[in-house]
Amino acid sequence: MTRAAKSTANSIEEMPQSRSRGLFRSALLAAGVVLVLLAMPGRLAAQTDCLMCHADKTLQDPAGHSVSVDGDTFGKSIHGVLKCGDCHTSIKDYPHPDKVTPVKCESCHASESEGLAGSVHSNRPEHPCTSCHGDAHSIYPKADPKSAVYPLNIPRTCGNCHGSDAMAKKHGINNVYPLYLDSIHGFALSKEGLLVAANCTSCHGSHHVLSHKDPQSPTFKSNVPQTCGTCHAGITNDYMAGVHGKGVAAGHTAAPVCSDCHTAHAIEQPTASAFRMQSTPICGNCHKDKFSTYRDTFHSQLSSLGGYVETARCWDCHGAHEILPASDPRSPVAPQNLVKTCGKCHAGANASFVQYQPHANAKNRKLNPALYYIRLFMNLLLAGVLTFFMIHTILWLIRARYEQLKTRSAKGGKNA
Amino acid sequence: MPDLEQATNGATEQHKTGERFFQRFTREQRYMHGVLFTTFLGLAATGLPMRFSESIWARKFATQVGGFGAIIFFHKLFAVVLSIAFLLHLKEIFTRGLLHREKGVFWGNTSMVANWKDVKDIVGHMRWFVGLGKKPVFERYAYWEKFDYWAVFWGMLVIGFSGYAMWFAPFFARFLPGWALNAVLVIHSEEGLLAILFIFSIHFVNTHLRPGSFPMDMVIFTGVESEEEFKVKRSEEYKRLASEGKLEARLGEKPPSWLVNFGRVVGTTAILIGIILLVLTLSAYIRE
Repeated sequence: MTRAAKSTANSIEEMPQSRSRGLFRSALLAAGVVLVLLAMPGRLAAQTDCLMCHADKTLQDPAGHSVSVDGDTFGKSIHGVLKCGDCHTSIKDYPHPDKVTPVKCESCHASESEGLAGSVHSNRPEHPCTSCHGDAHSIYPKADPKSAVYPLNIPRTCGNCHGSDAMAKKHGINNVYPLYLDSIHGFALSKEGLLVAANCTSCHGSHHVLSHKDPQSPTFKSNVPQTCGTCHAGITNDYMAGVHGKGVAAGHTAAPVCSDCHTAHAIEQPTASAFRMQSTPICGNCHKDKFSTYRDTFHSQLSSLGGYVETARCWDCHGAHEILPASDPRSPVAPQNLVKTCGKCHAGANASFVQYQPHANAKNRKLNPALYYIRLFMNLLLAGVLTFFMIHTILWLIRARYEQLKTRSAKGGKNA
Repeated sequence: MPDLEQATNGATEQHKTGERFFQRFTREQRYMHGVLFTTFLGLAATGLPMRFSESIWARKFATQVGGFGAIIFFHKLFAVVLSIAFLLHLKEIFTRGLLHREKGVFWGNTSMVANWKDVKDIVGHMRWFVGLGKKPVFERYAYWEKFDYWAVFWGMLVIGFSGYAMWFAPFFARFLPGWALNAVLVIHSEEGLLAILFIFSIHFVNTHLRPGSFPMDMVIFTGVESEEEFKVKRSEEYKRLASEGKLEARLGEKPPSWLVNFGRVVGTTAILIGIILLVLTLSAYIRE
């Protein structure tokens, strides 16, 4: 076929000059079309007119932006079946004006566009579709690993903006990308390549991303349990059965949801020592009195000093998700269950042993009279002994020094 | 304190020749004191971080030594060693006082048990402090020495019992009520704090740092004291022994210089550690 094209060109050259100009042009065009046809898949025939110019890798618009299109790449992209004019609707023929109207993705992607319009990313010039989906001529389906919105690529895509301190500061939000990457979700995604690991869109949605202050948002406080429950269904069920879940369901805004204890982005493996070591203050944020009395106990002393992760923390006794009041017979801290609960750590725990009060307050006479008076006695003993001997010894020091100076020249100076 | 140093040096020079030394403590008693202060320092150093677990130095120290696990391990180790020493001491008292019917263990001039003279001595001593009377003369053990002894004795029982009650809580819970398990921590930590504050301030000053003993009373390390020191510090005992003709029986050897130096190094180290712990304790206590 190539040979045939060449022979056509040769036969044109043999023709007289005057006639040949028009013929030459048309023949050259035909040859070019044939060449392009040979090089491209047949279905791209309609894009070839544009690519005659735009295949040039150095081609720029008057503003200096590249307007080069790699026909090959585009052909393989999700929009490869479309004609250029399907998106670049203002261009009808050649030559086309320097300035062309921007592409409107919404003409096909109406629902996505609608979602975006009501979202935190509604400012279109700041957040064009391409800011997440990548180069307009190489968009792939989200199941394609080359896609910018492939699950494993999403955090990096969002991180382009949400991994910048300057951007975070400008919008008064956290620089969440590094937090996410170090989290259990980020680890599962980036290190283990789990497609099911939560990425940004799993919780925030994709086009219709809303502020967590918006009641419609999946990250709005009372929606968080359901959002996390999309994956963690069992735990959400437990949680909803516990006091915190019931509180949230009843509209108590103070009741904690998943992210209040686990954080939103810096989620750690809760059984890992790093999380255990820092975790009691999380409950203490709300349960201040219980945290204070816990800190008076040996459990807390153990937990503060590190290296001893097994020591009882709040949920070791109270449960983590299905937290029930002690009055509920199913609660691990219900009186009838204490022997079992304490026995998890204290082998040989018996009915008397579990009378120990893990939140006793020695400063409260009404609640813990025995402890109150014991502490009072010990404090009085301490204060009494030290006060007496402090006075005694200071007076002695003064007198002994005086005596020593007075009789230094005489005998006994050393041993006054 | 250059004055004091001069005084000490002058006194030492006087004693160079022909000086007699008298035995005050037996070798076993000196070892007992060594075990006591070593384990006590260890217990204090490991107990304080637990008592003040929220303070920065406690956490730093814990991180340095390997966390709570290491701290509690050494705390229990020192506790067991000290408990054994205490039991050996009880056995000694039992053997000497009850089996051998040795005089002066439970009462009398050489006993640790308080008597009427001690009451008079406290009053008299304090009157002397403020210039209201003559300085009392002391027997073998002065009242503050007896107090030190009984403070440790009582502390051993109270801190020891409460400590073991926590260590073996499920076992003790068989015959203790539940609230007692709460109480033992309060008792243990308050009594421990009292012991630490008392030893590192009062005992240090009364026995070692006061003028007359500064910087350290070496008798607990060497076992002997010079005749002059004996005569001045414990005149009553010296007089009694002299009148009974028993003075010669108490004669001891002049301590070798290595022992004196060893005692100084060990004693100074112990006192410095104690003072550091005291400062940390007070800083944490005030902030609480």
